[in-house]
Amino acid sequence: MMPGTSEPPPVSFTRLRPASWQRRIPQTQTAYVGIAFVALIVVIWILAPVFLTPRNLLNISKNFSFIALMSLGETLVIISGGIDLSVGSVCALSAVVAMMLMRFFSATAASQVPGATLALAALLALALAALIGLVNGLLIARMRLSPFVTTLGMLSVARGMTYVLTQGRAQYPVGPDVALFTRFSNGAVLSLPTQLIYLLVLAVLMALALRSLVWGRHLYAVGGNAQAAALTGVRVPRVVISVYLLSGLAAGFSGVLIAGWLGAAPANLATGYELRVIAAAVIGGANLAGGVGGAAGAVLGAALIEVIRNGFVLIGANTYWEEVFVGVIIIIAVLIDQLRTRRVF
Amino acid sequence: MSLLELHGIGMEYGAIRALAEVDYAVAEGEIVGLIGDNGAGKSTLVKIIAGNFPPTRGTMHFDGRELRFRGPEDARNAGIEVVYQDLALCDNLTGAANVFLGRELRRRVAGLSIMHHAAMARRARQLLAELKSETRPEALVRSLSGGQRQALAIARTRLAAAKLVLLDEPTASISVRQVAEVLDLMRRIRDHGQSVIFISHAMPHIFDVADRITVLRRGRKVADKPIRATSPEEVTALITGAVERA
Repeated sequence: MMPGTSEPPPVSFTRLRPASWQRRIPQTQTAYVGIAFVALIVVIWILAPVFLTPRNLLNISKNFSFIALMSLGETLVIISGGIDLSVGSVCALSAVVAMMLMRFFSATAASQVPGATLALAALLALALAALIGLVNGLLIARMRLSPFVTTLGMLSVARGMTYVLTQGRAQYPVGPDVALFTRFSNGAVLSLPTQLIYLLVLAVLMALALRSLVWGRHLYAVGGNAQAAALTGVRVPRVVISVYLLSGLAAGFSGVLIAGWLGAAPANLATGYELRVIAAAVIGGANLAGGVGGAAGAVLGAALIEVIRNGFVLIGANTYWEEVFVGVIIIIAVLIDQLRTRRVF
Repeated sequence: MSLLELHGIGMEYGAIRALAEVDYAVAEGEIVGLIGDNGAGKSTLVKIIAGNFPPTRGTMHFDGRELRFRGPEDARNAGIEVVYQDLALCDNLTGAANVFLGRELRRRVAGLSIMHHAAMARRARQLLAELKSETRPEALVRSLSGGQRQALAIARTRLAAAKLVLLDEPTASISVRQVAEVLDLMRRIRDHGQSVIFISHAMPHIFDVADRITVLRRGRKVADKPIRATSPEEVTALITGAVERA
């Protein structure tokens, strides 16, 4: 507006508010981790141009999908204010059970129907993983046990069962559906790895559910203030049980996919993955205090960790530093969040 | 006929008598101050009205019907809402989300029941406008002042079309300016025809806004009179027991 041509605009304090994209994007941890992620990719690409080749990207996307899938479930649990330490063990148990069931059904009439041994084995393995999640949820929501201790116990139970069932021996996919299994678990659609497609589809579904379903709203409410949620009529135990069940299911699904990728399910599969999964969720913006987190963050966090790992290899850096670097990233991510949201007293 | 009528309410926890023979009534569109020292039975009375537990003896009538609450949900369904001292809000959600928590508006899209964000935001804005509050429904509760939080909690009760609202110490631990806001909120919901039970230790606030005051001492009702017919001095004497009954 030219000075002197008309009266000054009325003072409007609403204009002092940043634009809606400004208010949203940089305010979430997921957003600035996303920015850091892009910066990191550029740096690695400059240092090692091979990074951005389709072959390498394909490798990365396969590697990180398994962690990211589990991280989706873990993020739900973390939003509820809990934690699930059993995901690595559930992943392994589900993988070996799927392989053993494939072997079992191959000796039955199911082997006559194309795909039946695979479908039965995979579904039963997933059902077992969901059942373990359900038990976690029931113990935590109904018996009021601490999530940390309950799932720590379940970590041990599921890993122990994996060794008991296999006697420590690796299990392999056998029977008439092995080729089909490989195609579903480690194939490609439109040159995208199937693992990545499962991940993206599930991540989108989760994001939509969190945003649009009453369940999603109630989940955030439970994580924010469980007592308040209960007072307003939210069925808190039901919400809590649902997230542990979904976390178990995600871990189980990831386990079956890993078995297909490796062509085997060793009994020590996914040992220690729970920490990587939690790290991915936390880097992606899930807050262990509860009430904050999302699907995009889980995927982003897992991708960031894998890009760092891959970058270290490509650049030729001493890979022993990789874990140090990931650890520092975790701390910096939560540190920035803390500084950003610190209250001025 | 009053909106809420309690007759001969008694409450015992084992050998401890929390309430004895309390008659209590709240008329429509009335703000009743409920005052008493710690342990006088205020919270017991509130919890009975809110349906948290049934009284040991006595009868309750609400809106002309006898009440038998099995839980707080029954009370809510009957039209009684409680605004708790700690407000029962989720800091990590928006104002609108909190107003509608547990009562989300939904619509069907492709056979799925999904939340109707726009309708909830609209209705929340409308409710807050009715209360003349400047609270923005899309702001996270974390960023709101104590008075704005009270506005949200009260907007919740308006959404439920509650006939009776119980406010538990709504003016404790907020600033002087916000106290004025909250007292205004109470007047507004009264003007909309809702009845209010205002539980407080703050005598000036009760004298500012209430139409009537009830004083409890050691489980007994020792006074129940129009605010104009009494004084802070008399109420203080009743609370402490310097005056037996009025």
